[in-house]
Amino acid sequence: MSRLQEIRHWFRGRTFRKKILPWLLILPILLIHLLVVIGPSLGAFYYSLTDWSGIGAADFIGLNNFRTLLGDVNFRKAFSNNLIWSAFFLTVPFVLALVVASLLAGVRRGAMFYRATIFLPYVLPSVITASIWSNLLNPRLGIGAQLAKLGIPGFNRAFLGNPGTVLLSVAFIDNWHFWGFLMVLFLAAMQNISPDLYDSAKIDGANRFQEFRHVTIPGIRPTLLFMFMMIAIWSFLVFDYVWLLTQGGPAGASEVLGTFLFKEAFNRFEAGYASAIGLTMSFFAVLIIGLFGFLRRRGWEI
Amino acid sequence: MIKRIFKPKRQSSQVINYVVLTLALLFALGPLVVLGFNSVKSTAEAMANPLGPPSKIHLENYPNAWAEGKLSTTARNSAILVAGTVAGVLVLGGLAAFSLSRLDPPGSNLFMLYMLGGSTLPTFLFLVPLYSLWRILGLVDTLHGLILIYIALNSPFAIFLLRSYMVQIPRDFEDAARVDGAGELQVLTKVILPLAWPGFLTVGLVTALGVWGEFQIALIFVHVPELFPITTSYWYFTTRYSRDWSLTSAAAVMMIAPVLIFFFSLQRQFIEGLTQGGLKA
Repeated sequence: MSRLQEIRHWFRGRTFRKKILPWLLILPILLIHLLVVIGPSLGAFYYSLTDWSGIGAADFIGLNNFRTLLGDVNFRKAFSNNLIWSAFFLTVPFVLALVVASLLAGVRRGAMFYRATIFLPYVLPSVITASIWSNLLNPRLGIGAQLAKLGIPGFNRAFLGNPGTVLLSVAFIDNWHFWGFLMVLFLAAMQNISPDLYDSAKIDGANRFQEFRHVTIPGIRPTLLFMFMMIAIWSFLVFDYVWLLTQGGPAGASEVLGTFLFKEAFNRFEAGYASAIGLTMSFFAVLIIGLFGFLRRRGWEI
Repeated sequence: MIKRIFKPKRQSSQVINYVVLTLALLFALGPLVVLGFNSVKSTAEAMANPLGPPSKIHLENYPNAWAEGKLSTTARNSAILVAGTVAGVLVLGGLAAFSLSRLDPPGSNLFMLYMLGGSTLPTFLFLVPLYSLWRILGLVDTLHGLILIYIALNSPFAIFLLRSYMVQIPRDFEDAARVDGAGELQVLTKVILPLAWPGFLTVGLVTALGVWGEFQIALIFVHVPELFPITTSYWYFTTRYSRDWSLTSAAAVMMIAPVLIFFFSLQRQFIEGLTQGGLKA
Protein backbone atom coordinates (compact mmCIF):
# COMPACT_ATOMS: atom_id res chain seq x y z
CA MET A 1 0.00 0.00 0.00
CA SER A 2 1.38 3.38 -0.92
CA ARG A 3 1.67 6.16 1.62
CA LEU A 4 -1.15 8.10 0.01
CA GLN A 5 -3.50 5.15 0.09
CA GLU A 6 -2.60 4.60 3.70
CA ILE A 7 -3.62 8.14 4.58
CA ARG A 8 -6.85 7.84 2.64
CA HIS A 9 -7.55 4.58 4.32
CA TRP A 10 -7.00 6.15 7.73
CA PHE A 11 -9.42 8.99 6.94
CA ARG A 12 -12.08 6.44 6.07
CA GLY A 13 -11.22 4.32 9.06
CA ARG A 14 -13.21 3.81 12.18
CA THR A 15 -10.96 5.73 14.59
CA PHE A 16 -11.10 8.84 12.46
CA ARG A 17 -14.83 8.69 11.77
CA LYS A 18 -15.91 7.81 15.28
CA LYS A 19 -13.43 9.64 17.46
CA ILE A 20 -11.50 12.33 15.66
CA LEU A 21 -13.93 13.80 13.15
CA PRO A 22 -16.65 14.51 15.75
CA TRP A 23 -14.18 16.50 17.83
CA LEU A 24 -12.73 18.27 14.81
CA LEU A 25 -16.21 19.66 14.17
CA ILE A 26 -16.53 20.91 17.74
CA LEU A 27 -13.01 22.27 17.94
CA PRO A 28 -13.36 25.69 16.21
CA ILE A 29 -16.14 26.97 18.43
CA LEU A 30 -14.53 25.42 21.49
CA LEU A 31 -11.27 27.25 20.77
CA ILE A 32 -13.04 30.58 20.32
CA HIS A 33 -14.97 30.06 23.54
CA LEU A 34 -11.80 29.12 25.41
CA LEU A 35 -10.00 32.17 24.07
CA VAL A 36 -12.76 34.67 24.82
CA VAL A 37 -14.44 33.32 27.93
CA ILE A 38 -12.54 30.65 29.80
CA GLY A 39 -8.96 31.84 29.43
CA PRO A 40 -9.72 35.41 30.56
CA SER A 41 -11.98 34.09 33.33
CA LEU A 42 -9.10 32.06 34.72
CA GLY A 43 -6.90 35.10 34.22
CA ALA A 44 -9.30 37.12 36.36
CA PHE A 45 -8.59 34.87 39.33
CA TYR A 46 -4.90 35.70 39.09
CA TYR A 47 -5.24 39.38 38.26
CA SER A 48 -7.65 39.90 41.16
CA LEU A 49 -4.63 39.22 43.37
CA THR A 50 -2.47 41.83 41.69
CA ASP A 51 -1.92 45.53 41.33
CA TRP A 52 -2.22 45.93 37.58
CA SER A 53 -3.00 48.76 35.20
CA GLY A 54 -4.16 46.48 32.43
CA ILE A 55 -0.96 46.92 30.47
CA GLY A 56 2.35 45.27 31.22
CA ALA A 57 3.39 43.48 34.37
CA ALA A 58 1.09 42.82 37.32
CA ASP A 59 2.40 43.03 40.91
CA PHE A 60 1.18 40.23 43.11
CA ILE A 61 -0.40 41.71 46.25
CA GLY A 62 -2.34 38.78 47.66
CA LEU A 63 -5.79 39.56 48.95
CA ASN A 64 -5.21 43.32 49.23
CA ASN A 65 -7.75 44.16 46.51
CA PHE A 66 -10.46 42.33 48.38
CA ARG A 67 -9.51 44.04 51.62
CA THR A 68 -9.68 47.43 49.91
CA LEU A 69 -13.01 46.46 48.40
CA LEU A 70 -14.57 45.74 51.78
CA GLY A 71 -13.73 49.23 52.98
CA ASP A 72 -14.50 51.04 49.72
CA VAL A 73 -17.53 53.32 50.19
CA ASN A 74 -18.16 53.35 46.43
CA PHE A 75 -18.34 49.57 46.44
CA ARG A 76 -20.76 49.57 49.34
CA LYS A 77 -22.94 52.17 47.67
CA ALA A 78 -22.93 50.20 44.42
CA PHE A 79 -23.67 46.96 46.22
CA SER A 80 -26.61 48.41 48.15
CA ASN A 81 -27.92 49.93 44.92
CA ASN A 82 -27.74 46.47 43.35
CA LEU A 83 -29.79 45.12 46.23
CA ILE A 84 -32.44 47.79 45.66
CA TRP A 85 -32.29 46.97 41.96
CA SER A 86 -32.86 43.27 42.75
CA ALA A 87 -35.76 44.09 45.07
CA PHE A 88 -37.34 46.14 42.28
CA PHE A 89 -36.86 43.52 39.58
CA LEU A 90 -37.98 40.63 41.76
CA THR A 91 -41.31 42.34 42.42
CA VAL A 92 -42.47 44.94 39.88
CA PRO A 93 -41.98 42.98 36.62
CA PHE A 94 -43.25 39.80 38.27
CA VAL A 95 -46.51 41.38 39.37
CA LEU A 96 -47.02 43.15 36.03
CA ALA A 97 -46.17 40.05 34.02
CA LEU A 98 -48.31 37.71 36.13
CA VAL A 99 -51.37 39.94 36.01
CA VAL A 100 -51.14 40.66 32.30
CA ALA A 101 -50.23 37.08 31.32
CA SER A 102 -53.17 35.64 33.23
CA LEU A 103 -55.54 38.16 31.65
CA LEU A 104 -54.08 37.44 28.23
CA ALA A 105 -54.43 33.68 28.75
CA GLY A 106 -58.16 34.27 29.25
CA VAL A 107 -58.86 35.88 25.89
CA ARG A 108 -58.87 34.57 22.33
CA ARG A 109 -59.58 37.48 20.03
CA GLY A 110 -56.44 39.51 19.37
CA ALA A 111 -54.33 37.44 21.77
CA MET A 112 -51.42 37.11 19.31
CA PHE A 113 -51.46 40.81 18.58
CA TYR A 114 -51.42 41.79 22.25
CA ARG A 115 -48.66 39.31 22.98
CA ALA A 116 -46.42 40.58 20.18
CA THR A 117 -46.98 44.25 20.93
CA ILE A 118 -46.41 43.98 24.66
CA PHE A 119 -43.25 41.99 23.90
CA LEU A 120 -42.05 44.55 21.35
CA PRO A 121 -39.99 46.83 23.66
CA TYR A 122 -37.83 43.82 24.52
CA VAL A 123 -36.34 43.76 21.02
CA LEU A 124 -35.32 47.42 21.01
CA PRO A 125 -31.63 48.27 21.43
CA SER A 126 -30.91 49.64 24.90
CA VAL A 127 -29.53 52.89 23.46
CA ILE A 128 -32.88 53.61 21.83
CA THR A 129 -34.97 52.80 24.90
CA ALA A 130 -32.71 54.94 27.05
CA SER A 131 -32.87 57.87 24.64
CA ILE A 132 -36.67 57.71 24.26
CA TRP A 133 -37.22 57.67 28.01
CA SER A 134 -34.67 60.29 28.92
CA ASN A 135 -36.66 62.58 26.61
CA LEU A 136 -39.99 61.49 28.11
CA LEU A 137 -38.70 62.12 31.61
CA ASN A 138 -37.19 65.48 30.72
CA PRO A 139 -38.48 67.86 33.42
CA ARG A 140 -39.04 70.79 31.03
CA LEU A 141 -40.43 68.98 28.00
CA GLY A 142 -41.38 65.44 28.92
CA ILE A 143 -44.53 63.83 30.29
CA GLY A 144 -44.25 65.60 33.63
CA ALA A 145 -44.05 69.03 32.01
CA GLN A 146 -47.10 68.32 29.84
CA LEU A 147 -49.04 67.10 32.87
CA ALA A 148 -48.11 70.28 34.70
CA LYS A 149 -49.50 72.30 31.77
CA LEU A 150 -52.76 70.38 32.15
CA GLY A 151 -52.80 71.32 35.82
CA ILE A 152 -51.40 68.10 37.28
CA PRO A 153 -48.25 69.15 39.14
CA GLY A 154 -45.65 66.96 40.81
CA PHE A 155 -44.33 65.00 37.83
CA ASN A 156 -42.27 67.74 36.22
CA ARG A 157 -39.24 66.81 38.23
CA ALA A 158 -35.77 65.77 37.12
CA PHE A 159 -36.32 62.13 37.95
CA LEU A 160 -32.94 61.20 36.50
CA GLY A 161 -31.13 64.16 38.02
CA ASN A 162 -32.27 63.74 41.60
CA PRO A 163 -30.32 61.37 43.87
CA GLY A 164 -33.55 60.33 45.58
CA THR A 165 -35.37 59.17 42.44
CA VAL A 166 -32.62 58.34 39.97
CA LEU A 167 -32.12 54.65 40.71
CA LEU A 168 -35.78 53.71 40.61
CA SER A 169 -36.27 55.83 37.49
CA VAL A 170 -33.54 53.92 35.68
CA ALA A 171 -35.05 50.67 36.93
CA PHE A 172 -38.45 51.78 35.65
CA ILE A 173 -36.98 52.41 32.19
CA ASP A 174 -35.13 49.09 32.10
CA ASN A 175 -38.33 47.39 33.21
CA TRP A 176 -40.37 49.07 30.48
CA HIS A 177 -38.22 47.15 28.04
CA PHE A 178 -37.98 43.96 30.10
CA TRP A 179 -41.32 42.97 31.58
CA GLY A 180 -42.97 41.95 28.30
CA PHE A 181 -40.36 39.22 28.00
CA LEU A 182 -41.31 37.86 31.40
CA MET A 183 -44.98 38.13 30.48
CA VAL A 184 -44.49 35.98 27.37
CA LEU A 185 -42.59 33.36 29.38
CA PHE A 186 -45.37 33.20 31.96
CA LEU A 187 -48.02 33.10 29.25
CA ALA A 188 -46.31 30.14 27.58
CA ALA A 189 -46.17 28.34 30.92
CA MET A 190 -49.84 29.11 31.61
CA GLN A 191 -50.87 27.71 28.26
CA ASN A 192 -49.31 24.41 29.25
CA ILE A 193 -51.60 24.05 32.26
CA SER A 194 -54.26 21.44 31.57
CA PRO A 195 -57.69 23.04 30.97
CA ASP A 196 -59.21 20.24 33.06
CA LEU A 197 -57.72 21.83 36.16
CA TYR A 198 -59.57 25.07 35.42
CA ASP A 199 -62.77 23.15 34.74
CA SER A 200 -62.62 21.33 38.02
CA ALA A 201 -61.85 24.57 39.82
CA LYS A 202 -64.99 26.03 38.30
CA ILE A 203 -67.02 23.02 39.34
CA ASP A 204 -65.74 23.60 42.85
CA GLY A 205 -67.08 27.13 42.58
CA ALA A 206 -63.74 28.93 42.50
CA ASN A 207 -63.81 32.60 41.52
CA ARG A 208 -61.18 34.16 39.24
CA PHE A 209 -58.82 35.06 42.02
CA GLN A 210 -59.04 31.60 43.58
CA GLU A 211 -58.41 30.08 40.16
CA PHE A 212 -55.34 32.25 39.78
CA ARG A 213 -54.11 31.43 43.26
CA HIS A 214 -54.78 27.68 43.26
CA VAL A 215 -54.44 26.66 39.60
CA THR A 216 -52.37 29.22 37.69
CA ILE A 217 -49.63 29.92 40.23
CA PRO A 218 -48.93 26.26 41.09
CA GLY A 219 -49.12 25.45 37.38
CA ILE A 220 -46.33 27.84 36.41
CA ARG A 221 -44.32 27.40 39.59
CA PRO A 222 -41.21 25.93 37.91
CA THR A 223 -41.03 28.85 35.46
CA LEU A 224 -41.72 31.32 38.25
CA LEU A 225 -38.93 30.04 40.46
CA PHE A 226 -36.47 29.64 37.62
CA MET A 227 -37.01 33.21 36.49
CA PHE A 228 -36.76 34.37 40.08
CA MET A 229 -33.28 32.86 40.18
CA MET A 230 -32.25 34.21 36.78
CA ILE A 231 -33.43 37.73 37.56
CA ALA A 232 -31.68 37.64 40.93
CA ILE A 233 -28.46 36.87 39.03
CA TRP A 234 -29.05 39.35 36.21
CA SER A 235 -29.83 42.17 38.57
CA PHE A 236 -26.25 42.01 39.82
CA LEU A 237 -24.96 42.39 36.28
CA VAL A 238 -26.90 45.43 35.14
CA PHE A 239 -24.86 47.89 33.13
CA ASP A 240 -26.40 49.28 29.92
CA TYR A 241 -29.29 51.32 31.25
CA VAL A 242 -27.37 52.84 34.14
CA TRP A 243 -24.44 53.76 31.94
CA LEU A 244 -26.60 55.16 29.16
CA LEU A 245 -28.85 57.23 31.40
CA THR A 246 -26.68 58.43 34.27
CA GLN A 247 -23.26 56.73 34.27
CA GLY A 248 -23.84 56.10 37.93
CA GLY A 249 -24.63 59.69 38.81
CA PRO A 250 -25.60 62.10 40.16
CA ALA A 251 -22.83 61.79 42.72
CA GLY A 252 -22.90 58.00 42.70
CA ALA A 253 -26.61 57.82 43.49
CA SER A 254 -27.22 55.25 40.76
CA GLU A 255 -23.81 53.55 40.85
CA VAL A 256 -24.07 49.78 40.48
CA LEU A 257 -21.34 47.16 40.52
CA GLY A 258 -21.21 47.06 36.72
CA THR A 259 -20.61 50.79 36.29
CA PHE A 260 -18.25 50.81 39.26
CA LEU A 261 -16.16 48.04 37.68
CA PHE A 262 -16.18 49.81 34.33
CA LYS A 263 -14.85 53.03 35.82
CA GLU A 264 -12.14 51.29 37.82
CA ALA A 265 -10.99 49.29 34.80
CA PHE A 266 -11.26 51.74 31.93
CA ASN A 267 -11.23 55.22 33.49
CA ARG A 268 -8.88 54.71 36.42
CA PHE A 269 -6.87 51.82 34.92
CA GLU A 270 -7.12 49.74 38.09
CA ALA A 271 -7.47 46.50 36.14
CA GLY A 272 -6.41 44.30 39.07
CA TYR A 273 -8.95 45.92 41.34
CA ALA A 274 -11.60 45.68 38.62
CA SER A 275 -10.87 41.97 38.25
CA ALA A 276 -11.50 41.59 41.96
CA ILE A 277 -14.84 43.38 41.56
CA GLY A 278 -15.75 41.10 38.64
CA LEU A 279 -14.88 38.06 40.69
CA THR A 280 -16.99 39.33 43.58
CA MET A 281 -19.94 39.89 41.24
CA SER A 282 -19.58 36.35 39.91
CA PHE A 283 -19.41 35.09 43.45
CA PHE A 284 -22.87 36.55 44.09
CA ALA A 285 -24.17 34.70 41.03
CA VAL A 286 -22.69 31.43 42.28
CA LEU A 287 -24.16 32.12 45.71
CA ILE A 288 -27.64 32.57 44.24
CA ILE A 289 -27.36 29.40 42.15
CA GLY A 290 -26.08 27.56 45.23
CA LEU A 291 -28.97 28.85 47.32
CA PHE A 292 -31.49 27.58 44.79
CA GLY A 293 -29.70 24.25 44.56
CA PHE A 294 -29.82 24.01 48.34
CA LEU A 295 -33.53 24.80 48.48
CA ARG A 296 -34.19 22.23 45.79
CA ARG A 297 -32.40 19.57 47.81
CA ARG A 298 -34.47 20.53 50.79
CA GLY A 299 -37.49 19.37 48.87
CA TRP A 300 -38.58 22.52 47.08
CA GLU A 301 -39.94 21.70 43.66
CA ILE A 302 -37.86 23.97 41.53
CA MET B 1 -63.83 18.29 23.63
CA ILE B 2 -67.59 18.29 23.90
CA LYS B 3 -67.40 19.80 27.32
CA ARG B 4 -65.31 22.67 25.98
CA ILE B 5 -67.63 23.38 23.10
CA PHE B 6 -70.70 23.62 25.28
CA LYS B 7 -68.96 25.48 28.07
CA PRO B 8 -70.65 28.86 28.44
CA LYS B 9 -68.28 31.68 27.52
CA ARG B 10 -67.92 34.28 30.23
CA GLN B 11 -68.22 37.13 27.76
CA SER B 12 -69.03 39.87 30.23
CA SER B 13 -66.02 39.20 32.42
CA GLN B 14 -63.63 39.58 29.47
CA VAL B 15 -64.16 43.32 29.40
CA ILE B 16 -61.75 43.84 32.25
CA ASN B 17 -59.19 41.65 30.46
CA TYR B 18 -59.31 43.85 27.40
CA VAL B 19 -59.18 47.07 29.40
CA VAL B 20 -56.02 46.04 31.24
CA LEU B 21 -54.45 44.50 28.14
CA THR B 22 -55.08 47.67 26.17
CA LEU B 23 -53.47 49.74 28.91
CA ALA B 24 -50.42 47.46 28.76
CA LEU B 25 -50.41 47.81 24.99
CA LEU B 26 -50.50 51.60 25.19
CA PHE B 27 -47.70 51.56 27.74
CA ALA B 28 -45.55 49.57 25.31
CA LEU B 29 -46.48 51.51 22.18
CA GLY B 30 -46.90 55.05 23.52
CA PRO B 31 -43.20 55.90 23.74
CA LEU B 32 -42.64 54.46 20.24
CA VAL B 33 -45.47 56.52 18.82
CA VAL B 34 -43.97 59.66 20.37
CA LEU B 35 -40.63 58.71 18.83
CA GLY B 36 -42.29 58.38 15.44
CA PHE B 37 -44.04 61.75 15.86
CA ASN B 38 -40.86 63.55 16.84
CA SER B 39 -38.92 62.04 13.95
CA VAL B 40 -40.99 64.05 11.47
CA LYS B 41 -41.27 67.35 13.36
CA SER B 42 -39.14 70.40 12.82
CA THR B 43 -36.60 70.95 15.60
CA ALA B 44 -38.59 73.94 16.84
CA GLU B 45 -41.85 72.02 16.90
CA ALA B 46 -40.26 69.11 18.77
CA MET B 47 -39.37 71.59 21.51
CA ALA B 48 -42.75 73.35 21.54
CA ASN B 49 -44.85 70.20 21.22
CA PRO B 50 -42.66 67.30 22.34
CA LEU B 51 -45.35 64.63 22.76
CA GLY B 52 -48.23 65.30 20.38
CA PRO B 53 -48.58 64.52 16.67
CA PRO B 54 -46.70 66.74 14.20
CA SER B 55 -48.51 69.64 12.57
CA LYS B 56 -46.40 69.39 9.42
CA ILE B 57 -44.39 66.40 8.22
CA HIS B 58 -40.67 67.02 7.83
CA LEU B 59 -39.33 63.97 6.05
CA GLU B 60 -36.02 65.71 5.42
CA ASN B 61 -35.11 64.85 9.03
CA TYR B 62 -34.30 61.38 7.82
CA PRO B 63 -31.60 62.21 5.27
CA ASN B 64 -30.28 64.86 7.67
CA ALA B 65 -30.03 62.38 10.54
CA TRP B 66 -28.51 59.80 8.21
CA ALA B 67 -25.76 62.28 7.30
CA GLU B 68 -25.25 63.91 10.73
CA GLY B 69 -25.31 60.55 12.53
CA LYS B 70 -22.86 59.10 9.96
CA LEU B 71 -25.25 56.22 9.59
CA SER B 72 -23.78 55.12 6.28
CA THR B 73 -20.59 54.21 8.16
CA THR B 74 -22.10 52.95 11.37
CA ALA B 75 -24.93 50.96 9.78
CA ARG B 76 -22.33 49.31 7.57
CA ASN B 77 -20.19 48.49 10.60
CA SER B 78 -23.16 47.01 12.41
CA ALA B 79 -24.16 45.06 9.32
CA ILE B 80 -20.64 43.60 9.15
CA LEU B 81 -20.82 42.68 12.83
CA VAL B 82 -24.21 41.05 12.41
CA ALA B 83 -23.25 39.17 9.24
CA GLY B 84 -19.92 37.99 10.63
CA THR B 85 -21.35 36.88 13.94
CA VAL B 86 -24.40 35.17 12.46
CA ALA B 87 -22.28 33.35 9.87
CA GLY B 88 -19.76 32.28 12.50
CA VAL B 89 -22.37 31.15 14.98
CA LEU B 90 -24.41 29.24 12.40
CA VAL B 91 -21.47 27.52 10.70
CA LEU B 92 -19.31 26.77 13.73
CA GLY B 93 -22.21 26.25 16.12
CA GLY B 94 -23.99 24.16 13.49
CA LEU B 95 -20.96 21.91 13.01
CA ALA B 96 -20.62 21.42 16.76
CA ALA B 97 -24.33 20.76 17.19
CA PHE B 98 -24.26 18.28 14.31
CA SER B 99 -21.39 16.43 15.88
CA LEU B 100 -23.00 16.41 19.33
CA SER B 101 -26.39 15.26 18.12
CA ARG B 102 -25.47 12.75 15.40
CA LEU B 103 -21.88 11.54 15.79
CA ASP B 104 -21.80 10.84 19.55
CA PRO B 105 -18.24 11.98 20.18
CA PRO B 106 -16.69 10.37 23.25
CA GLY B 107 -16.93 12.82 26.15
CA SER B 108 -19.71 14.90 24.59
CA ASN B 109 -21.57 15.13 27.91
CA LEU B 110 -18.54 16.78 29.40
CA PHE B 111 -18.52 19.31 26.60
CA MET B 112 -22.22 20.10 27.11
CA LEU B 113 -21.57 20.61 30.78
CA TYR B 114 -18.66 22.88 29.92
CA MET B 115 -20.87 24.97 27.62
CA LEU B 116 -23.60 25.17 30.24
CA GLY B 117 -21.10 26.34 32.84
CA GLY B 118 -19.43 28.69 30.38
CA SER B 119 -22.73 30.30 29.46
CA THR B 120 -23.45 31.22 33.06
CA LEU B 121 -20.16 33.07 33.58
CA PRO B 122 -20.94 36.78 33.81
CA THR B 123 -19.30 39.04 31.24
CA PHE B 124 -17.87 41.12 34.04
CA LEU B 125 -15.74 38.18 35.20
CA PHE B 126 -13.65 37.99 32.05
CA LEU B 127 -14.06 41.46 30.60
CA VAL B 128 -10.93 43.07 32.00
CA PRO B 129 -8.42 40.28 31.21
CA LEU B 130 -10.12 39.83 27.83
CA TYR B 131 -9.54 43.50 27.04
CA SER B 132 -5.83 43.26 27.78
CA LEU B 133 -5.58 40.00 25.82
CA TRP B 134 -7.30 41.68 22.87
CA ARG B 135 -4.82 44.56 23.10
CA ILE B 136 -1.91 42.17 22.96
CA LEU B 137 -3.43 40.33 19.99
CA GLY B 138 -4.15 43.63 18.22
CA LEU B 139 -7.90 42.93 18.21
CA VAL B 140 -9.02 46.07 20.03
CA ASP B 141 -10.51 48.59 17.59
CA THR B 142 -11.19 45.97 14.96
CA LEU B 143 -14.52 44.62 13.81
CA HIS B 144 -13.28 41.04 13.58
CA GLY B 145 -12.11 41.25 17.18
CA LEU B 146 -15.62 42.20 18.19
CA ILE B 147 -17.10 39.46 15.99
CA LEU B 148 -14.96 36.83 17.73
CA ILE B 149 -16.29 37.95 21.12
CA TYR B 150 -19.87 37.95 19.88
CA ILE B 151 -19.47 34.46 18.40
CA ALA B 152 -18.14 33.15 21.70
CA LEU B 153 -20.92 34.75 23.73
CA ASN B 154 -23.66 33.47 21.44
CA SER B 155 -22.25 29.98 20.92
CA PRO B 156 -23.63 28.16 23.99
CA PHE B 157 -27.18 29.22 23.21
CA ALA B 158 -26.72 28.38 19.52
CA ILE B 159 -25.27 24.95 20.21
CA PHE B 160 -28.01 24.03 22.68
CA LEU B 161 -30.82 25.19 20.45
CA LEU B 162 -29.44 23.69 17.22
CA ARG B 163 -28.67 20.43 18.97
CA SER B 164 -32.21 20.23 20.34
CA TYR B 165 -33.54 20.62 16.78
CA MET B 166 -31.13 18.04 15.37
CA VAL B 167 -31.70 15.29 17.93
CA GLN B 168 -35.37 15.28 16.96
CA ILE B 169 -34.55 14.19 13.41
CA PRO B 170 -35.08 10.42 13.15
CA ARG B 171 -31.93 8.39 12.65
CA ASP B 172 -33.60 6.47 9.82
CA PHE B 173 -33.26 9.45 7.47
CA GLU B 174 -29.59 9.61 8.12
CA ASP B 175 -29.10 5.86 7.83
CA ALA B 176 -30.90 5.81 4.51
CA ALA B 177 -28.53 8.46 3.21
CA ARG B 178 -25.53 6.53 4.49
CA VAL B 179 -26.69 3.36 2.80
CA ASP B 180 -26.77 5.38 -0.41
CA GLY B 181 -23.12 6.15 0.19
CA ALA B 182 -23.31 9.65 1.72
CA GLY B 183 -20.41 10.83 3.87
CA GLU B 184 -20.75 12.87 7.05
CA LEU B 185 -20.64 16.15 5.18
CA GLN B 186 -23.39 15.06 2.82
CA VAL B 187 -25.49 13.84 5.73
CA LEU B 188 -25.15 17.28 7.24
CA THR B 189 -25.96 19.29 4.12
CA LYS B 190 -28.52 17.00 2.50
CA VAL B 191 -30.37 15.57 5.50
CA ILE B 192 -29.82 17.57 8.66
CA LEU B 193 -29.74 21.13 7.29
CA PRO B 194 -33.04 20.97 5.41
CA LEU B 195 -34.79 19.45 8.42
CA ALA B 196 -33.23 21.62 11.11
CA TRP B 197 -33.44 24.93 9.26
CA PRO B 198 -36.10 26.45 11.56
CA GLY B 199 -33.52 26.09 14.32
CA PHE B 200 -30.94 27.89 12.21
CA LEU B 201 -33.43 30.63 11.42
CA THR B 202 -34.24 31.14 15.10
CA VAL B 203 -30.59 31.19 16.16
CA GLY B 204 -29.75 33.54 13.31
CA LEU B 205 -32.53 35.96 14.25
CA VAL B 206 -31.75 36.01 17.94
CA THR B 207 -28.03 36.44 17.32
CA ALA B 208 -28.59 39.18 14.75
CA LEU B 209 -30.92 41.05 17.07
CA GLY B 210 -28.46 40.81 19.96
CA VAL B 211 -25.51 42.05 17.91
CA TRP B 212 -27.47 44.87 16.24
CA GLY B 213 -28.35 46.31 19.65
CA GLU B 214 -25.23 45.37 21.60
CA PHE B 215 -23.77 48.29 23.51
CA GLN B 216 -21.54 47.32 26.42
CA ILE B 217 -18.84 45.32 24.64
CA ALA B 218 -18.79 47.62 21.65
CA LEU B 219 -18.33 50.56 24.02
CA ILE B 220 -15.29 48.94 25.59
CA PHE B 221 -13.60 47.39 22.56
CA VAL B 222 -14.04 50.00 19.84
CA HIS B 223 -12.94 53.62 20.27
CA VAL B 224 -12.38 54.67 16.66
CA PRO B 225 -15.38 56.59 15.28
CA GLU B 226 -14.97 55.03 11.81
CA LEU B 227 -15.54 51.61 13.37
CA PHE B 228 -18.41 52.50 15.71
CA PRO B 229 -21.48 50.32 15.37
CA ILE B 230 -24.86 52.08 15.40
CA THR B 231 -25.30 51.68 19.16
CA THR B 232 -22.26 53.45 20.52
CA SER B 233 -22.32 56.04 17.75
CA TYR B 234 -25.99 56.74 18.44
CA TRP B 235 -25.19 57.28 22.09
CA TYR B 236 -22.48 59.83 21.29
CA PHE B 237 -24.83 61.35 18.73
CA THR B 238 -27.60 61.86 21.30
CA THR B 239 -25.21 63.44 23.76
CA ARG B 240 -24.00 65.84 21.07
CA TYR B 241 -27.47 66.64 19.71
CA SER B 242 -29.37 66.32 22.98
CA ARG B 243 -31.44 69.42 22.15
CA ASP B 244 -32.42 68.27 18.68
CA TRP B 245 -35.08 65.67 19.31
CA SER B 246 -36.28 65.58 15.73
CA LEU B 247 -32.85 64.58 14.47
CA THR B 248 -32.13 61.99 17.17
CA SER B 249 -35.63 60.53 16.81
CA ALA B 250 -35.26 60.16 13.06
CA ALA B 251 -31.93 58.38 13.56
CA ALA B 252 -33.54 56.10 16.15
CA VAL B 253 -36.40 55.21 13.81
CA MET B 254 -33.92 54.23 11.10
CA MET B 255 -32.02 52.06 13.57
CA ILE B 256 -35.07 50.19 14.76
CA ALA B 257 -36.85 49.95 11.40
CA PRO B 258 -35.08 46.72 10.36
CA VAL B 259 -35.71 45.26 13.81
CA LEU B 260 -39.42 46.04 13.62
CA ILE B 261 -39.78 44.70 10.09
CA PHE B 262 -38.11 41.42 11.00
CA PHE B 263 -39.96 41.21 14.30
CA PHE B 264 -43.42 41.59 12.83
CA SER B 265 -42.79 39.31 9.87
CA LEU B 266 -41.14 36.54 11.89
CA GLN B 267 -42.83 37.12 15.22
CA ARG B 268 -43.18 33.49 16.21
CA GLN B 269 -39.52 32.57 15.60
CA PHE B 270 -38.39 35.71 17.40
CA ILE B 271 -40.48 35.17 20.49
CA GLU B 272 -39.73 31.46 20.67
CA GLY B 273 -36.03 31.97 20.15
CA LEU B 274 -35.74 34.78 22.64
CA THR B 275 -37.68 32.96 25.31
CA GLN B 276 -35.91 29.62 24.83
CA GLY B 277 -32.49 31.14 24.65
CA GLY B 278 -33.75 33.86 26.87
CA LEU B 279 -31.43 32.81 29.43
CA LYS B 280 -28.99 35.41 28.42
CA ALA B 281 -29.87 38.90 29.53
